[in-house]
Amino acid sequence: MKRLSTVAAALAGVAALGLPSLASAQDFAITNATLAIGDGSAPIEGGTVVVRGGKVIAAGAGVTVPAGVEAIDGSGKWVTPGIFATYTDLGLFDVQEVSESDDRGSDQAPFNAALDVAPAINPANEHIAVSREGGVTRASVTPFNGNSIFAGQGALIDLGADPEAVTKARAFQVVALGEGGAKLAGGSRVAAHVALRNALREARDVAAMAQGADRQSDAMLTRADAAALGPVIAGTQPLYVEVERAADIRSVLSLKREFPKLDLVLVGASEGWLVANEIAAAGVPVIATALNDLPAQFDRIAATQSNVGRMKLAGVKVAIGMLANDNQPRYAPQEAGNLVALNKIPGASGLSWGEALAAITSIPAEISGMDGRNGHMRAGVLAPGAVGDVVVWDGDPLELSSAPLEVWIDGVKQPLDNHQSRLKERYKDLDRTSLPKAYDW
Amino acid sequence: MKVPPALRQWTGALALGLALALPSGDALARKKDKDKEAVAETPYPSTYKPYPGRPTALVGATVYDGRGGRIDNGTLLFENGKLVAVGGSDLAVPDGYTRIDAAGKFVTPGVIDAHSHLGDYPSPSVDALADGNEATSPTTPEVWAEHSVWPQDPGFTRALTNGGVTSLMVLPGSANLMGGRSVTLKNVPSLTVQGMKFPGAPYSLKMACGENPKRVYGSKGQKPSTRMGNFAVDRQTWLDAKKYAKDEERDRDLANETLVGVLDGDILVQNHCYRADEMALVIDMAKEMGYKVAAFHHAVEAYKIGDLLKQNDICAAVWADWYGFKMEAYDAIPENAALLQKQGVCVIIHSDSANGIQRLNQEAAKAQADGRRIGIDIPDAEVVSWFTYNPAKAMGVADRTGSLETGKMADVVLWNGNPLSVYTRPEKVWIDGALMYDALDPKRRPVSDFELGQPGEGDVK
Repeated sequence: MKRLSTVAAALAGVAALGLPSLASAQDFAITNATLAIGDGSAPIEGGTVVVRGGKVIAAGAGVTVPAGVEAIDGSGKWVTPGIFATYTDLGLFDVQEVSESDDRGSDQAPFNAALDVAPAINPANEHIAVSREGGVTRASVTPFNGNSIFAGQGALIDLGADPEAVTKARAFQVVALGEGGAKLAGGSRVAAHVALRNALREARDVAAMAQGADRQSDAMLTRADAAALGPVIAGTQPLYVEVERAADIRSVLSLKREFPKLDLVLVGASEGWLVANEIAAAGVPVIATALNDLPAQFDRIAATQSNVGRMKLAGVKVAIGMLANDNQPRYAPQEAGNLVALNKIPGASGLSWGEALAAITSIPAEISGMDGRNGHMRAGVLAPGAVGDVVVWDGDPLELSSAPLEVWIDGVKQPLDNHQSRLKERYKDLDRTSLPKAYDW
Repeated sequence: MKVPPALRQWTGALALGLALALPSGDALARKKDKDKEAVAETPYPSTYKPYPGRPTALVGATVYDGRGGRIDNGTLLFENGKLVAVGGSDLAVPDGYTRIDAAGKFVTPGVIDAHSHLGDYPSPSVDALADGNEATSPTTPEVWAEHSVWPQDPGFTRALTNGGVTSLMVLPGSANLMGGRSVTLKNVPSLTVQGMKFPGAPYSLKMACGENPKRVYGSKGQKPSTRMGNFAVDRQTWLDAKKYAKDEERDRDLANETLVGVLDGDILVQNHCYRADEMALVIDMAKEMGYKVAAFHHAVEAYKIGDLLKQNDICAAVWADWYGFKMEAYDAIPENAALLQKQGVCVIIHSDSANGIQRLNQEAAKAQADGRRIGIDIPDAEVVSWFTYNPAKAMGVADRTGSLETGKMADVVLWNGNPLSVYTRPEKVWIDGALMYDALDPKRRPVSDFELGQPGEGDVK
């Protein structure tokens, strides 16, 4: 950070202490940019986006900037909606291998499905700040499985530099099937399916019981867990199912015969391309890892980078996600760009540029329920009424050489500095002659 | 080097004088020879032979030679596994050469990963195949990574087809302070590891400092459980090796043979070490014991001591932007590589990952861009050396591969665009002049035994 005047430095100090900022939504327009809407369409040259009251009011070519709205010249720049990073662990850990700092999994807890990540999310977390600098404005945050196939309930967050991160708590429930679920359930897929069905039935029973009535004596779930699964049975809370193998995917799709209201989302689905038509017919969306191409386990022998493209071709709604662990949220554009590159390989199925951007913006937002329908917020797209999450890039956002120059969330301009950027400033030179580096801040 | 006659006489006399004056000199020399033999001895020798190729001319491409050179509209000639000529459009294509029009495309040396666990931690990643860490003793210089390599690991083929990787160093893991010997491989499908071994490549000793060894052994209630424990065990082990080296009555000891090989300079040291302060301590330990570190791997804090690394001629093998996964990676910054390049340090982009090895070019491009944003403008041609020549240098094979220079191995990647763009893929990859991958020919796509007859066999990956 540059040296500031005394007043500005004092203000910067306040910001550094993590006190609530006074920032509020500003009305602004970015003109003359290469504008990518995020809905799958190709970028528009000379485009304009207008944000007012924290919402997008117009975006496209030939859009006029209303009087009184600040116009920012976007010549030579690219403008996109913020990245929607889906299935992340943002805000739940500081350092993965420092267990005290890690709230992702709860393998000693008596509760499972009832677990709720929302109160644990730390908006001042460095990974949130680093991701924000990378153009990520929203994310879904998932708990990791502890000692049950049910990991608990994930949240939707924004990455704004303010104390309010969670926009929707208990946004989805997570269950692991496949190899992971088999291990957790007692050693086999057989056990995992019984555990799943039993849990859903107990949830159905609890939901149907009169207030205060006793449960059956052979109940296996805690009351909290059974109650937490009520919205899953009712179809009001999506059930995210971690599954990779084609056969496992079929088993998941067939769950709807027994529990017709389930609102399923497949997570992983490395072999999804083998059953793409069935997934499409079931209308179940998928959150996949773009570059997963190794038979890393026996449940993903057929993994290929063409998985996303082939599912998309079959009519499946596919988001690029699973941006947790070493696969960080700010890598989403690189993953999307790689799928565009596939188009030049005979036999491979990639995405068009517009589709690739949509796979990390509007589609994950839609899968998360932020699609503007039924009064919900709309995100991941620069369309009238959508949240004012806008990123200005110094080049093609999917290209490795590009980075965000400016980021707005809900129309609020965001700071892009963090622990890393401060280190970078400190060590730009290695001069240690006058005073130690500890005085250089 | 030409030595003036007078000086040659003098050095000759000195050598003779030494041999005569010191009664034990002969014995010492013999013992030294014995050490060399033990190191040079190759009980599992390379049986690698280049596959057949044809005389090939790549014409019209932008050529990055791996050492900072760039030729626009270049011509590359190779024959009999060797690079015959690298030049401009004026370079004539001899008769009998297959001419490939590479206009609009790019040519680089084969990509080289200085830090891989392919084969030792293969796919599928099941316990039965997890052979990368002999985590039973804090020092295991006696183990050799080549004895764990599963040549059928499908990861090798992905590194070839998506990453353009032609050579790689497989290291034992970092559970131990001294993890064992590395092996350098040519990335060709083979039934045996000997069939992949890079002929004549030196061995390296994998060492690790910091969190891993102290965690693995501390959790077993044994030494080392602290960083000071790490150093104590290392130093004592080196001292014991020095004693072993002097012992004329010694029996063969595999651990000490490796360590003596390091002290003699025949085995290189690849040291997993994240933090600046620890790298500085390791440099001092190397001086104390009389060896040299070739490269610090995972050197996420190298940017804090670029001057020290430059001064000691140690390469820094780094990721572009891995961050915060362990405490010693909390100060990782994406400008690391660029800041090191600015200090004149030999920079390597390494993977340590079966996924990352498929995109070393992309990782380098990101690191280049992060440098540009703080005013460090590194030309593309120099960035290419981060994943070609520099790793070859740290592995001790830069005289044979890693750059496009006449007489070197014809390890070549033809990219369908700028290799520093996300939209680019390898189109063809040659190893010793043999076409081992061709994106345009499904039959030039290796399928490992493991994948045969299973879903996805022979698919694009």
